[in-house]
Amino acid sequence: MKHRFGLQRIRLLFQILYTIVTNGYVYGYLQGKIYKGPLKYACVPGLNCYSCPGATFSCPLGALQAALNERQIQIPFGVLGFLFIFGSIFGRFVCGWLCPFGLFQDLLHRIPLFHKRKRLPGHKVLKYGKYLVLVGLVLVGSSVLFTGFAKIPAFCKYLYPSGTLMGAIPLLGVNEQLQSQIGGLFYWKLGILMGLVILSIKIYRPFCQYLCPLGAVYGWFNRFSLVQIHWEQDACISCDACKEACPVNLRPEQISVSAECIKCGKCISVCPTRCLHYGRKPKVEKKHGQVKDMIATKCKMEQNPNRIDKNENQ
Amino acid sequence: MSFWSRTPDKKQKRGYWLPLLMIGIVCLLVGIYQEQLTDIYRKAVMICLECIGIG
Ligand code: SF4
Ligand code: SF4
Repeated sequence: MKHRFGLQRIRLLFQILYTIVTNGYVYGYLQGKIYKGPLKYACVPGLNCYSCPGATFSCPLGALQAALNERQIQIPFGVLGFLFIFGSIFGRFVCGWLCPFGLFQDLLHRIPLFHKRKRLPGHKVLKYGKYLVLVGLVLVGSSVLFTGFAKIPAFCKYLYPSGTLMGAIPLLGVNEQLQSQIGGLFYWKLGILMGLVILSIKIYRPFCQYLCPLGAVYGWFNRFSLVQIHWEQDACISCDACKEACPVNLRPEQISVSAECIKCGKCISVCPTRCLHYGRKPKVEKKHGQVKDMIATKCKMEQNPNRIDKNENQ
Repeated sequence: MSFWSRTPDKKQKRGYWLPLLMIGIVCLLVGIYQEQLTDIYRKAVMICLECIGIG
């Protein structure tokens, strides 16, 4: 079971490395300035506030809003290109394995405080919140809302907590000129961030599940994307270990196809028959001995469904 | 409430990723041709005061 246990460590390593690569401009943190090099021509897959002093690339949502903020809106082909490329390859694997704000919430959820819950009450309705944010704030809001004569990036201005965390706080920490301009809007966004921090300790990734417009976009790509988790139904013994381990409580038939699945692989790590795996090639080879073992496991489980020691498989 | 729980289970669509990737590459090339990446760059190298809650 050791190599499967290691999958979540590999995921953590990916998340940390990605965060360092996309937000590791140390000079910016020290000087309270932002990176202005050529890497900023490109967007990265995850949310990445480009006003963060550490940001080395552009954010697809920031770029989309900037395009919609133009006086004469044209189809934002460049940003759509990035979104289609990342979406078609990864789907919400981006959320599970790359996005720094996802990592931040993952770490908060590990804090041993409160009784943990996977979802908020009313999840079946609340999960549509991210589509509302995508349409209302990103697409419509950024096209029609003005401050003075200039259009505003409505999602970033009123909601985006990662911008407060990665952009505002480090910049304001060292830039005195900016400190003098703090007003009500900053405290509103700080309040949102603090609320999400506390909620993330109790609920798994509340921002990703209910508010993130990028999660909504990649959720649409999820079942089409190249990176998939495959479920070999024939080898499944319906023990529900995957559903219990899944941080967003998905059933095996929803794995990888649901817009809520972040392809984190926690279900893979606990599956006793190894009928879940990344990639196409079936891992459960139909060799005589293995099939016999699986049937034996299934029979034992039918006699005593609590037989599988969940701790052993985590 | 039943409306929300009636969403049918979807299936994985193998092979769809490639046309979607092609669409992405074509869009990106059009974006480069229209110099939209320069627009992205121009915005990304200025501190967005609204984004950090000041503007
Ligand atoms: S849902 Fe949004 S914040 Fe969460 S991991 Fe995905 S892109 Fe990042
Ligand atoms: S179904 Fe599996 S991969 Fe998807 S979110 Fe749940 S545990 Fe992670």
